[in-house]
Amino acid sequence: MITLEMYLTLSALVFGMGLMGVLLHRNLIFVFISLEVMLSGVNLALVSLAHYMSDIRGQVLALFTIGVAAASVAVGLSLLVANYNLRKNTDIDELVELKEEASND
Amino acid sequence: MIYLIFIYFCISFLGISHMALTRKNPVHGVLWLLLLFLHVAVVYLFLNAEFLGMVQVIVYAGAILVMFLFTIFFLDIKIMPKERRIAKLWEGRLVIGLSFLAVMVLVFSSISPTYKGKHTISYVESVGNTRIIGEILFNEYGLGVLLLGLILLVPMISVVILGRRKA
Amino acid sequence: MMDFLFIFIKTAVVLSIVLFHVAYTTYAERKIIGRAQARMGPMEVGPHGLLQPIADFIKIFFKEDIVPANAERFIFKIAPIIVLVFTLVNLSVIPFDRNFMLADLNIGLLFILAMASLSVYGIILAGWSSNSKYSFLGGIRSASQVLSYEIALGLALAGVVLQAGSLNLRDIVLSQHETVFGVYAIPQIIGFVVFVIAAFAETNRAPFDLPEAETELVAGYLTEYSAFRYALFFLGEYVAMYVMAFLCAICFLGGWTIPKFITEILPFLEKVPGIIWFAIKVYVFIFLYIWVRATLPRYRFDQLLLIGWKVLIPLGILNLLIIAFIKRLSL
Repeated sequence: MITLEMYLTLSALVFGMGLMGVLLHRNLIFVFISLEVMLSGVNLALVSLAHYMSDIRGQVLALFTIGVAAASVAVGLSLLVANYNLRKNTDIDELVELKEEASND
Repeated sequence: MIYLIFIYFCISFLGISHMALTRKNPVHGVLWLLLLFLHVAVVYLFLNAEFLGMVQVIVYAGAILVMFLFTIFFLDIKIMPKERRIAKLWEGRLVIGLSFLAVMVLVFSSISPTYKGKHTISYVESVGNTRIIGEILFNEYGLGVLLLGLILLVPMISVVILGRRKA
Repeated sequence: MMDFLFIFIKTAVVLSIVLFHVAYTTYAERKIIGRAQARMGPMEVGPHGLLQPIADFIKIFFKEDIVPANAERFIFKIAPIIVLVFTLVNLSVIPFDRNFMLADLNIGLLFILAMASLSVYGIILAGWSSNSKYSFLGGIRSASQVLSYEIALGLALAGVVLQAGSLNLRDIVLSQHETVFGVYAIPQIIGFVVFVIAAFAETNRAPFDLPEAETELVAGYLTEYSAFRYALFFLGEYVAMYVMAFLCAICFLGGWTIPKFITEILPFLEKVPGIIWFAIKVYVFIFLYIWVRATLPRYRFDQLLLIGWKVLIPLGILNLLIIAFIKRLSL
């Protein structure tokens, strides 16, 4: 019998893989890909909770997550294209306009 | 048998997400991500979420990943593999990520809720998964659905404005 | 074990019948277009050219399989297989008769939509992996065409789902049989028209067959393909035509049933097996595909997207609203 804890651990691991991707990648596209991996980990946790707690509201919440994810990806990718048109690369280490110059010493 | 299937999914989830996040070519990364989403959809079927599994395929695979691919095609893909691929200060980030991951796994693996709702498997099978989701979605979370529509409308306008070429 | 064998035999029967039909649809297409243009069509191989599809198959199978030097080899090779597999999988949820369907899914219609959105990847990847300008632009165009029209298709089918109250294709046919007209095409005439036009665009057929617009993009995403990989795309296109015809027959024309008011006047028609009615509806839809191809000129790409987004999607929403009102009033 597969228990809830096993599914939740799996979802935490998937979320963690995505988190490492977000933290370590330098390329914006890969940061977005990692965000999607994180979101699927979250959805997996919601759906497994819905199954083991016999309450389908978890699935409804996952449905909302999917919808919001679509919207966020649309905005994120259009920002990426706008950023690319500005500086001809997709490097997040270059996005330092808002950083204070004085604290850079 | 069920253990074997679960172990397969564990290994493939971790392996596929690792492959998706370490490719040089973003298109290959997106294709591995597609494979990950298909696996997630199959796991949803195991968890009696058939409607959500299909929505996962339609929305993620059919809309979001195609959007990724189109964006990657818009950019000049050939310059990407030459860049440095790991961000600055990666040691600190790695430590933060690993510690967060450890906390997540420890916390999540000890969750054991006692609450039991009324949507048992036999009840869901007698009424139908899609119908129950629809009833709860539109009766209890009607405002949420409207807000979701708004959340989807605002990006559409913003994407048109951001993507518009300056005349 | 016996169950497994039975399922295997059923699958083999469905596959072989559909592939046989696909082969002879190419023959029928050439004959009908020939007649429409006052020609004879294929006449050489066999009586009235009846063996022509087999000759074509043998010819294309023995051609050289060329992979361009700069192509992404693995993706280039796998793209036609993606298209064909995700089209053939749709056959598993189609109810051909009252008790003959391979898988009785509760979410059959969503399954078909999901597989349609997956088969887009074959087109995008074929265009991208060929590493050629024509293929790439053609692939992007075809993919955006299929994606745009999928929305219209989904909206038209949403009306059907709303009226039938189920996503199961068998339940859709059964509840359709209970209505006054016996077919959803009459109360949902707007949705039916939207579905037919979207189905033409979804399968890349005339008058929306932009990959075939030689003057613009050579052959679109098919430019670099040859021999049996090209044949796989071709096969995928024809199977997709049949899937759309099945879907049209099931969702709008009553599937294997005929309307009750006809069987009340002519009771002996109830003796006819359901598969025959189903086949007649499917053949009519396939004939419509060929007839339109022989008749209408091709749209430009901007006109195509304009029709999809500014005409069909609003009409689909209007259809959904009308059906919602009908459903609300009849409660």
